[in-house]
Amino acid sequence: MKALIIGCGRVGSTIALQLHKEGWDVTVIDENEDALSRLGENWPGSFVVGHGMDTDLLRGAGIEDADAVVVSTDGDNTNIVIGQVAQKRFGIQCVVARILDPARADFYAARGLRTVCPTKTAIDTLTEAVRACEIPKVSA
Amino acid sequence: MYVVIAGGGKVGANVARSLMRLGHEITLIEQRRDRFERLEEEFEHQVQRGDATELFVLERAGIARPPDILLALTGDDEDNMVICQLAKERYSVPKVIARVNDPRNQAHFDLLGISPTICATSSIMALVEHEVPEHDLIHLLELRKENLEIVEVQIDRDSPSAGKRVEGLKLPEGARLISVMRDGRSEIAVGSTTLEAGDQVLAILEPGKEDELRRVLLRR
Repeated sequence: MKALIIGCGRVGSTIALQLHKEGWDVTVIDENEDALSRLGENWPGSFVVGHGMDTDLLRGAGIEDADAVVVSTDGDNTNIVIGQVAQKRFGIQCVVARILDPARADFYAARGLRTVCPTKTAIDTLTEAVRACEIPKVSA
Repeated sequence: MYVVIAGGGKVGANVARSLMRLGHEITLIEQRRDRFERLEEEFEHQVQRGDATELFVLERAGIARPPDILLALTGDDEDNMVICQLAKERYSVPKVIARVNDPRNQAHFDLLGISPTICATSSIMALVEHEVPEHDLIHLLELRKENLEIVEVQIDRDSPSAGKRVEGLKLPEGARLISVMRDGRSEIAVGSTTLEAGDQVLAILEPGKEDELRRVLLRR
């Protein structure tokens, strides 16, 4: 199984390492060459330097044969556009895009893009954590 | 009419100013504080500060009315694409125009059905070709929605079409001659128009018919 990961920050790099450990053939794209260091000393997968908006670069990175594409750059709108390009131009079924803004994540999820919104997860988790607190009753 | 303009840089501010002068109601959205403060002195309540890709910012600017047209004129192509998608598909804004900053992103705008678009680089390149023709067929205008384009062809002495009437040319299906410019004067091309060396001919055609048209007019 082949995975293409666009954006090698904290999130992208960790997903890359995880998928690699599970036996995936992983290619990572990032604008910044230094991002390679996030993948450890001996990254056995591929690493391509460039911008994910560049269709030729995506082709060169093997998007046409990818089973899954993860879009995790630090820009919501960049992720939204690249995610749709992967879906609509390259026909990738499994495209997952990270979108921090819950409103945009919902809008694009309703239009068929698999969006993951860490902000929403944080809100839910934190709210749940508050609910779970046992607040000692103040005795009169 | 009511116009929402996303992006208050040079382009956005000048467009806003021009529309206001024509008596239109506008709201301009600018994210950067320094720019916003300068714009506020001129546009007062008609400029709002915020990220126009955020739904609440668009809503505050009256996107839900909806405006007659939205102009996405920021310096970021991804932002312009998202703004247009939100405007059209979530708020049913009837018309959008998007600025393309990097001509390499044009294909993405097309893929997402965002039209019309305007790209300064592409316009300049078309003008350069028009002013200093390097090619025998110059692309003047692309009508994306119609899937047609307008091109200019210069007829020279060796062209097989020189001396022929338009009705006698075997033009490819999906191509028509529009006009003939001769000695600085332009005429609509009709069946009886005779082409001459030196004529600048405008043609409208479906993309992909260029080679056939070139063959009929220029045999190249």
